[in-house]
Amino acid sequence: MEIKVLGTGCAKCKSLEKNTIAAVEQLNLEAKIEKVEDIMEIMKYGVMVTPALVADNAVVVKGRVPSVEELKSILTQ
Amino acid sequence: MTDKIISINRKLNGFLYPLLMLPLWIILYWNLNFISNYFIDNILNLSKGVHLTETLRFFIYEVPKVMLLLILIIFGVGIIRTYFTPEKTRKVLEGKSLFTGNILASLLGIVTPFCSCSAIPLFLGFVEAGVPIGVTFSFLIAAPMINEVALVLLAGLFGWKVAMIYISTGLIIAIFSGWLIGKLKLEKYVADWVFSIKSGKTEITEDKLSFYDRINNCYQAVKEIVGKIWLYIIIGIGIGALAHAYVPADYLSSILGSENWYGVPLAILIGVPLYSNAAGVIPIVSVLIEKGVSLGTALAFMMSVIALSLPEIIILKKVLKWQMIAIFIGIVSGGIIIVGFIFNYIGF
Repeated sequence: MEIKVLGTGCAKCKSLEKNTIAAVEQLNLEAKIEKVEDIMEIMKYGVMVTPALVADNAVVVKGRVPSVEELKSILTQ
Repeated sequence: MTDKIISINRKLNGFLYPLLMLPLWIILYWNLNFISNYFIDNILNLSKGVHLTETLRFFIYEVPKVMLLLILIIFGVGIIRTYFTPEKTRKVLEGKSLFTGNILASLLGIVTPFCSCSAIPLFLGFVEAGVPIGVTFSFLIAAPMINEVALVLLAGLFGWKVAMIYISTGLIIAIFSGWLIGKLKLEKYVADWVFSIKSGKTEITEDKLSFYDRINNCYQAVKEIVGKIWLYIIIGIGIGALAHAYVPADYLSSILGSENWYGVPLAILIGVPLYSNAAGVIPIVSVLIEKGVSLGTALAFMMSVIALSLPEIIILKKVLKWQMIAIFIGIVSGGIIIVGFIFNYIGF
């Protein structure tokens, strides 16, 4: 699975990255997590509020930081 | 079985707790004056009229009052906000004519969830969808300036009249600044690459939210906002409490009272470089007013601190040329100066 954390580097983006890493670890997922900070790249996903989470090219979270538990259920869907 | 328990748990969290909390909130709020006085006079048994006692009385009354108001209003605004998203707002604003667009954008700026770190993607998203620059600016001015924290603190410390004055003058500034920026045709001062951006997808993926999800979102919002600002509030009210008791009443009126024309511009000059949120600055402003600063000057100071902040300007520098930023700051400060003068002149 390819996971991207979109965010320009604010506190919320960092906690989303942290929670995502934790969720992936707990699920034992085979996943590549990448942090995208370039605004041009972020815009390609049509996201207007950061932070956002992209899993296999689909935006699954935007504008908020879900808990590790919620991320686990999002990522297994 | 476990499914059933989970669903009951969800119901408890979703409906029952807020319902049970509300009467408790009301009882606590209406008796707060009595409770804090009882605590100071009977439990701590402090002597009345002494500076230290009055400082403590002010502090012990104001902190829970402001916290209670914050929780209620953030919760309420949180519910409203779950019905608005930046995507929906953009859809409403697409292809709107200048003046109508500015009014709509300013109003939507109040209810659309917004965080200043999202200012750039939001700006780009709006521009790309064909929302005029002026209309986009109305949104970007209104969104940070008029927020629920400012509303609560103003209402709590000065009463609802001042809170309403703040909202309406904030709206007027956002509408006219955006309109003027639109009229000036400043597109050439937007970084060139902005107009060449094409985002991959434009379809709106709308989250379907149940009422439980909305309530849950509000819990999160309350936790997040209160967690971020409680320290500012305590420090702000602490300074307020000290000044309330120790600084003479007319201390500041000779410099920043309404008779001095330069009070308003001076307040803005001090306010723009200062970076704080509403939670930090409003308790300070309440002290300024108490010590003789006129309402117009104090409002101008507060607006310039909240609406124009250095970090946001630095973020915007990525998409705007410096001429545009200078014009933006100039127009918004101009609006704030006018509002300040008007209130000093009317003399609330």
